[in-house]
Amino acid sequence: MVFKYHKRETRRGTLTQMQMNNPKTDLRTKRRSLRFRKWKDKLVRLFSIFSITLVVGGMAWILLTVISHGVGVIDFKFLTQPSKPYGIPDSGIANALIGTLLITLGAAVLSVPPAIAGGIYLSEFGKYSKIGHFIRFSANVMMGIPSVIVGLFVYIILVVPMGTFSGFAGAVALAIIMFPLVMRTTEDMLGMVPYTLRESALALGMTRARTTICIVARAAKNGLLTGILLGLARVSGETAPLLFTALFSDSWPTEFFSQPTANMPVLITEYATNSPFEEMHAAGWGAALIITLVVLLINIFTRIVFRTRHAK
Amino acid sequence: MPNKVIVKNLDFFYGKSQALFDNNIEIKEKKITAVIGPSGCGKSTHLRTYNRIYELYRNQRATGEILIDGVNILDPGVDVLELRRKIGMIFQKPTPFPMSVFENVAYPIRLHYKLSKSEIAQRVEEALVGASLWDEVKDKLHHSGLALSGGQQQRLCIARAIATRPEIVLMDEPTSAIDPIATLKIEELLIHLKKQFTILIVTHNMQQAARVSDYTCFFYKGQIIEYNVTNNIFTNPQNKKTEEYITGRFG
Amino acid sequence: MSIIAEGACFRTHPLCVREKAMFATDNIFKTICLICAGLIGLLMIGFFVQLAFSSVGAWKEFGLAFLWSSEWDPVSEKFGALPSIVGTLLTTTIALVIALPLSFVSAFYLVDLPVAIGKILSQALDLLATIPSIIYGMWGLFILAPIMQNYVQPFMVDTLRLGDIPIIGRFLGEDYNGFGFFTAGLILSLMILPYICAIMRDIFAMTPPMLRESAYGVGCTKWETTKDIVVRYGIRGLLGGVFIGLGRALGETMAVLFVIGNMTQLPSALFDSGTTIAATLANNFPEAAGVQQSVLFALGLILLTMSFGIQVFAQWYLNTTSAKRGEER
Repeated sequence: MVFKYHKRETRRGTLTQMQMNNPKTDLRTKRRSLRFRKWKDKLVRLFSIFSITLVVGGMAWILLTVISHGVGVIDFKFLTQPSKPYGIPDSGIANALIGTLLITLGAAVLSVPPAIAGGIYLSEFGKYSKIGHFIRFSANVMMGIPSVIVGLFVYIILVVPMGTFSGFAGAVALAIIMFPLVMRTTEDMLGMVPYTLRESALALGMTRARTTICIVARAAKNGLLTGILLGLARVSGETAPLLFTALFSDSWPTEFFSQPTANMPVLITEYATNSPFEEMHAAGWGAALIITLVVLLINIFTRIVFRTRHAK
Repeated sequence: MPNKVIVKNLDFFYGKSQALFDNNIEIKEKKITAVIGPSGCGKSTHLRTYNRIYELYRNQRATGEILIDGVNILDPGVDVLELRRKIGMIFQKPTPFPMSVFENVAYPIRLHYKLSKSEIAQRVEEALVGASLWDEVKDKLHHSGLALSGGQQQRLCIARAIATRPEIVLMDEPTSAIDPIATLKIEELLIHLKKQFTILIVTHNMQQAARVSDYTCFFYKGQIIEYNVTNNIFTNPQNKKTEEYITGRFG
Repeated sequence: MSIIAEGACFRTHPLCVREKAMFATDNIFKTICLICAGLIGLLMIGFFVQLAFSSVGAWKEFGLAFLWSSEWDPVSEKFGALPSIVGTLLTTTIALVIALPLSFVSAFYLVDLPVAIGKILSQALDLLATIPSIIYGMWGLFILAPIMQNYVQPFMVDTLRLGDIPIIGRFLGEDYNGFGFFTAGLILSLMILPYICAIMRDIFAMTPPMLRESAYGVGCTKWETTKDIVVRYGIRGLLGGVFIGLGRALGETMAVLFVIGNMTQLPSALFDSGTTIAATLANNFPEAAGVQQSVLFALGLILLTMSFGIQVFAQWYLNTTSAKRGEER
């Protein structure tokens, strides 16, 4: 009996030479159906194509919706006029744009220096220590805390004592969200600098401080910048914390520290949900488009600039 | 001795570049055939055509004929899963599955057969005995396969490969990552195994080829330069290149 | 430097003094960095402390029964957390039930694609994952909810006659308006899908090629290789990804807020309107005062505890299993 290969399975499976020679080990009837296994494989493959189409399609749909609804609204007036209550002509989003800019920059100013310092600690001094372990653990945990909670927290510690909502409080809230993020990316980026670089600097007689700041951080500066930019992109779209801290206003953000400040995310919320007027909805889409574009552009930019990081 | 595998005009391509040129060889049944040659000469590539494992990669393809028991296994009509059940493969580094020792050996059996628990246990024991590993792991059957030493892991892989009672076992430099004592154990095992299986072993180590194999094939730059009984290759090589390699002029 | 090596340090020796100064600078530097890093711990503790303090009023008023009471009546000032808690759990569950299989299978597909297409798709997915959640909320409100109301839900209830099957019909609900738990769960799943998919894809790609070839060599199909070998190899990373998705879905506010219907009631059916903790907070906060405000803080504390618990568990799990694997490898 020869080794037979069938294109199609016989009902009881294929026979092999060994099985024919030894009837005791004739496992013909105990074979698992190859056909069934192959069909299962094919089915999963089909399902996988279906699901990836669903996923990418769904997200593309969202993107297209934003673009199609928002693109018609944006014009020069839209970008340069402040927001006004419904009915008053020449309404725009300029104050919200500036407000978001101020709040986000404020968040960066507040969070980036301590985050980088913290990241330096984790990477240079705290790699194996117990404290380093604990801090890293806490940072990871903090990154998963909902932004609503951060908003509540800042409300308690800033808005209530100050007696007023303010853009500053919003900046603090966003800074708290950015802080663990930038800290961890700093740690990761510094960790990628080869140890030999540090050793050569130390061997020359430099202090740890100088080595870290002038040599290591400089070597990792692209990565550090990426981390900061990604953090900024992430918080610029955060809405929930701002609902509790900066709220919204129709005026220019001149009273950043003492008055509610206009900002994009809350504007979108107000226009989309708290207003029954079509025009406001349209304005909301326009603002949504701008935020989406900015966030996507920052992310694309960082990917181009720092391509090596993703080519693992 | 009957031929188990007859290779005719085998060519192999990585994308546009050709790696194997017109290989023709006849592997004898239930013997150990060693494939030797310098690095990058196509030994592993040649081995990997027998169970069509290269098909995992898009730009690799083989043309020609490989007849196993008279059937050309390169024919698209041949069922690859069945082919791989009948051909076992061992790799350079031990690759136990992330499961217990027992599960590692039972997995291929469960994959292809519907057997009762006791039958599976019996087959697992049979395979582990066949791989000279039973005594060392019989108390640790449910420990992770990764907890074994390097040599034991490789023997576990051998047990896994012979669990489905294949007819051919392919070995791609199986002892290159193993310490010398474990290597010796595996070589003794091979001599034992050839009573049941046809073994093809690619090796970088000429002494190993001389110790273990019945036939040796010398590869150079994708071509089979010489193929003969091991003794003859090492004592009386016909081809000048073979002689140069064996005496260490290059490689 | 050799002075230190020899163990002798003449305190007034110029080299020695310089050493000490260097160490001093380094110590200051290290301390500053440590303090900055330690801010994290301070913040974490601060969250709990402040929320606890501010919610004292609610706990005093309702006691622990607050956790399982389902009343919500601002007029008579009677509040309970149960509808919000259950709503959070329900939407998260729906999101995971939808997102996990889809992302697993999508990652399965992505890993073996030819390099060019695979990279493009992966990059596209990663990019789309950065879209802010409020965009999802708007899309849900203006696009998905009407579609659900006019097409999908009628399709499920009437056309497919799912509404007539006893248990399932009851489970789905008869009244539907496009908003509710199901829609919110759908949007949430779309939000967490790219994250989980990206993580799973990375885990799959990290499987050593030799291990995969071993599996194929033994005669596995691609699905069997993934299911039995690749998953087991990368299980800790995969579970980590699941927890990350879970954490995100739990606290998501904006995407859910717009489509959940905002009715503080216990869910009795999938198509019902309801609320989650985050949505309750966002909705009621502007006008809340007195007891209601401290009730909201109490809800915040509950959400923080849930989220914190999951994150800590996830981190602990990843840390311990990585240690185990480290030894074995």
